[in-house]
Amino acid sequence: MSYTLTINGEPHEVDAAPETPLLWVLRDHLGMTGTKYGCGIAQCGACTVHIDGQALRSCNLPVDAVAGADIRTIEGLDQDGEHVLQKLWVEMNVAQCGYCQSGMLMAAARLLEDNPDPSDRDIDLRIDNICRCGTYPRVREAIHRAAEIMRG
Amino acid sequence: MSVYQPLPHDSGPLHVTGRARYVDDTELPPGALHLAFGLSPVARGTITAMDLAAVRAAPGVVLVLTHADLPFDADTSPTNHDEPLLSDGTVHYVGQPVFLVVAETHMLARRAARLARIEIAEEEPVLTIERALELDWRFEEGPRIWEKGDAGAALAAAPHRLKGRLEMGGQEHFYLEGQVATAYPQEDGGMHVVSSTQHPTEAQHKVAVAIGRHMNDVRVETRRMGGGFGGKESQGNSPAIACAVAARATGRVCRMRYDRDDDMTITGKRHDFRVDYDVGYDDTGRILAIDFTHYTRCGWGQDLSLAVGDRAMLHADNAYLVPNMRITSHRLRTNMQSATAFRGFGGPQGLFGIEQVIHHLAHVTGRDEIELRRLNYYAECEDGAAPQASATRTASGATRLSSGTGAAKRFGGAHSPEPNRPLANLTPYGQEVTDFILHAMTDRILAMADYARRKDEIDGWNAQSPILKRGIGFVPVKFGISFTNTQLNQAGALVSVYHDGSVILNHGGTEMGQGLNQKVAQVVAARFGLDAAKVKITATDTFKVPNTSATSASTGSDLNGMAAQNAADTIRDRMAQSLALKYGTSADSVRFENGRVTVGNKADLTFAEAAGECYEDRVALSSTGYYRTPDISWDRIAGKGRPFLYFAHGVAVSEVVIDTLTGENRVLRTDILHDCGASLNPAIDIGQIEGGYVQGVGWLTTEELVWDDKGRLRTHAPSTYKIPACSDRPDVFNVTLWEGANRAPTVYRSKAVGEPPFMLGISAFLALSNACAACGPNWPGLNAPATAEAVLAAVERARGQG
Repeated sequence: MSYTLTINGEPHEVDAAPETPLLWVLRDHLGMTGTKYGCGIAQCGACTVHIDGQALRSCNLPVDAVAGADIRTIEGLDQDGEHVLQKLWVEMNVAQCGYCQSGMLMAAARLLEDNPDPSDRDIDLRIDNICRCGTYPRVREAIHRAAEIMRG
Repeated sequence: MSVYQPLPHDSGPLHVTGRARYVDDTELPPGALHLAFGLSPVARGTITAMDLAAVRAAPGVVLVLTHADLPFDADTSPTNHDEPLLSDGTVHYVGQPVFLVVAETHMLARRAARLARIEIAEEEPVLTIERALELDWRFEEGPRIWEKGDAGAALAAAPHRLKGRLEMGGQEHFYLEGQVATAYPQEDGGMHVVSSTQHPTEAQHKVAVAIGRHMNDVRVETRRMGGGFGGKESQGNSPAIACAVAARATGRVCRMRYDRDDDMTITGKRHDFRVDYDVGYDDTGRILAIDFTHYTRCGWGQDLSLAVGDRAMLHADNAYLVPNMRITSHRLRTNMQSATAFRGFGGPQGLFGIEQVIHHLAHVTGRDEIELRRLNYYAECEDGAAPQASATRTASGATRLSSGTGAAKRFGGAHSPEPNRPLANLTPYGQEVTDFILHAMTDRILAMADYARRKDEIDGWNAQSPILKRGIGFVPVKFGISFTNTQLNQAGALVSVYHDGSVILNHGGTEMGQGLNQKVAQVVAARFGLDAAKVKITATDTFKVPNTSATSASTGSDLNGMAAQNAADTIRDRMAQSLALKYGTSADSVRFENGRVTVGNKADLTFAEAAGECYEDRVALSSTGYYRTPDISWDRIAGKGRPFLYFAHGVAVSEVVIDTLTGENRVLRTDILHDCGASLNPAIDIGQIEGGYVQGVGWLTTEELVWDDKGRLRTHAPSTYKIPACSDRPDVFNVTLWEGANRAPTVYRSKAVGEPPFMLGISAFLALSNACAACGPNWPGLNAPATAEAVLAAVERARGQG
C-alpha cells in the first residue's frame, strides 16, 4: 500500500503493508531513527511519538491507522535541541544511556502542552515510559523546571 | 580545572534530539542481511531430528546455518568454552539457539525461524537448587569454601545462636536497547564488527576464532550502548559472532538485533541466591561467628559464575568485622539461561546476606538495628592512618588498630566501637581494611535523614494505623573495587593532539550511559589545561587500543582515566621539553592552564599555537598510555589475598509504606550519602547513585523472574516483568556525596561509582521487612523480591497466621 504520512509537518510517501507498525516505517522506510524500539508491545515507551497531539506508542500502531494524521517525532521536537525540555535535559544531565529519552521527551512535551503545572502525581500518571538507568528523579525535576519556565 | 566539575554527558545534545546513533540506527548498505535464531522449546534433551526445509524455503531466506555448518569453532563463552553458538545436538535450556536464519529483513528472518520442525528426546530438566545438589550438577569440583578463624568451634562456644535462610531472586537486565551487532566483511577476509558490547576485545577474540582468523583481522567498535548493566559483558558475544559467521558465508553486511522476547528468553540474568546463615553472638549482640552457605543457580553455562560466586563471598562480611567466618559457595548447573554479570556481580547477593543477619538479630534480640551494626562494624580508619597501619603489625602478623579509639572520640556516642578492640581489621579473605569510614558516614546520614525522630514517629503512627504500616530501613555498603580476575586490572588509551590544537581521545572503556567518556575526557583536558569540550571522544575501537578489559566491576574510570592521563602526560612532557628548548628555559617552567601554555616568562601561547610550534619542531603529538592497578594480589582457591585496591562506601535510609490487605507497597522517602572519593563529575556520579538505587530497589521488590516446571521463563516481556517506573521512585529522594578523597592513588583521588549504589536499595527491603514486622510479634521472614504477594505472606507470618 502507498501512504502519504505527514511527519513533522512534511509529507512523506511510503510503500508499506497496512499492518506495518509506524515505528518500522519511521526507522526502516524513512531513516528517522530517533524513535527507538524497546519492547514491541507498547509497554516501555521508547517509541513514543505524537499522533494528532496525543502521545502514543508507535511500535504497535499500524501505518494504516495513521495515514492522514499529524505525526510528530523526536526529530520534530526541535532538531537543534532548542525546546525548553531538550535544553533542560542537557543542562540537568537527565539522560544516561539516552536510549529511552526520545520517547521520554515526547511524553513530557505532550504532558506540558496539556498541563502547564503538573504535580508529581500527574507526572507519574502520564510519564509511564521505562528508563532502566533510573533517571526518574531528574525527569521529574526537569519537567517541573520546564513548566516553570514555560509559564514564565 | 575540568575535573571535579558537574559537566553534562558529552552525548547529551545528541540524546535529546534523537541524533545519538546506536548500533541499530546506522544505515545499512543495499543487500544487507538480517539474522534470527531458531530457539529450543525444550529445557533439556537431545535433538533427534531437525527439518529446516520450510525455513530455507521461506520468503527472503538466504541462508540457514546449524552447528554442523559452522566452519570454525563458534563458541560464545567468556570463560569455559561450554557455550556453542548453536546447539551441538544437545539442548540445555528453553531459548537456546539451535539454528541461525539469514534473511532479507529482520521480520522475514524471525518468521522463518518459527517454521522449523525439531524433534527432541526430552529429559527431566534440572531447575531447582535441591535437584542440582542431588545430582551434583555444579561448576568446579565442589563448593568453594573460605574460612577465617574457626567458625565451627566459635559457633559451638557462642552464648547465643541464630539460624535463618534468605532467598533472593535474579534480575533481568532490561537494557532498553537489546543485544545487537552488525558485521561488515572486509576485502581481505577480515571483519569489522560494530557491537553493543561492554567487552569489545572479548568479542574480537571470539569472532576471530569463529571465522578462522586472528585478532588482527577483526575490528570491534562500540560507540555507545543503550544500557548495559553487565548484560552486555558476555551476552553480546552471540550476536557479534553470528553476524560475523553469516557475513563471512554470504559476503554481505549482516545485522542481528534480538526482539525483546527473544532477548529475555535467550540471555542470562543476575544470579538468584539462597543464603543460609548460622550465627553465634554474645550478650551484647556482638557477632562471634557466622557460617554462611550460598547456593546459586548458574544456568547451563559457566559464563562468569565463578567470579560472581567469588564476589558474593567477598562481600559476605560487608561492613562487619566478624572474627570467625566460614563461607561455602555452591555454584549449581541448571537448565536455564546462563546467569551472568549484572551490576554488583554477586556483591549485592553476598552483602544482602549479612544485612539480613543483622536485621534478623535485631528482631530476635530486640536491639536497635543500627546499634547492632555499629557494634559490629570494622574499626574506623582515620585520614592518614591507612599507610601507617602496617607498621603496627605484631610479630604474629595480626594488626592492632588504634583507629578505634580515634573513631570513638571523633564520632562518639554510645554506639561507637569499644576503644582498642583487640581484633585485626581483617576481612574474611585476609585483606586489611585501611579506609573504613562508615562510622562517620552513618552518623551523618542518620542526622541528615532525621532517623531517630522519624523512627519514633513511624512507631507511633503504626500503632494507630490498622491497615497501612510504615517501616524505615538503613543499610551501609562497603564494596571492593578491582577485578578479582587480576589480569583485567589494566587499561590502555590513545591520545593525539593535532597541530591545530584539537585533541582526540580513545580508550579501552565503553560508554553505556555511565558517563565514562565524559569523565575520561575531563581528565585529559585537565592534563592539558583545556576545557573538557576541547577533547573529542571517539568510539571504543580494538584497532586503536588493544587488549581492553570489559567495562565492568565499576572500574571504567579508574582504569581508563589513569591510562588516558598517562598518555596525555607523555605528550605534555614532550611539548614542555620542546618549548623549553626553543625558548631557552626549563621544561618544568612550562605551564598548561586555562587553554594557554606559558613557557616560563619567555612565551605565552594559546594551546593551539603551542601545538603548532611543537609540530613544526617535529614533536610526536600522539601517545598511548597504559595503567595497571598496583598493590593487588589474589588467590581465589585459598580465598586469601588483597583483591581490592580500595573500598567504596555508601549509606542509605529508606522509608516505605505497605497495605496489609493487599501487600502493595511503595518507597516514600530515601536519603543517601555516598562516597565517590573526590568525584570526577558530581552530576554524573549522583546520576549513577540515583539510578543504581532505583535498580536495586527494583531487584528486591517488583522484579520477579518466574520459570515454570518445564523450564520456560514466563516473564519475558515488560507486561509480565515489572521494572521500576516513574511512579516507583521515592517522593523525597535526597542524594549527597561524602566529601573525602580516595586514600588509594586513583585518578584525581576519585572512586568508582557504577555498582556500589545498587546495594543501597537493600535499605528499602529492610524497611519493608520492618513494616511487615510491625504487624505482629513474629519474624516476618520476608524474601526477595518483596512483591505484593510476598509482603502479604510476610504480614501473615508476622501475625502468626502464615
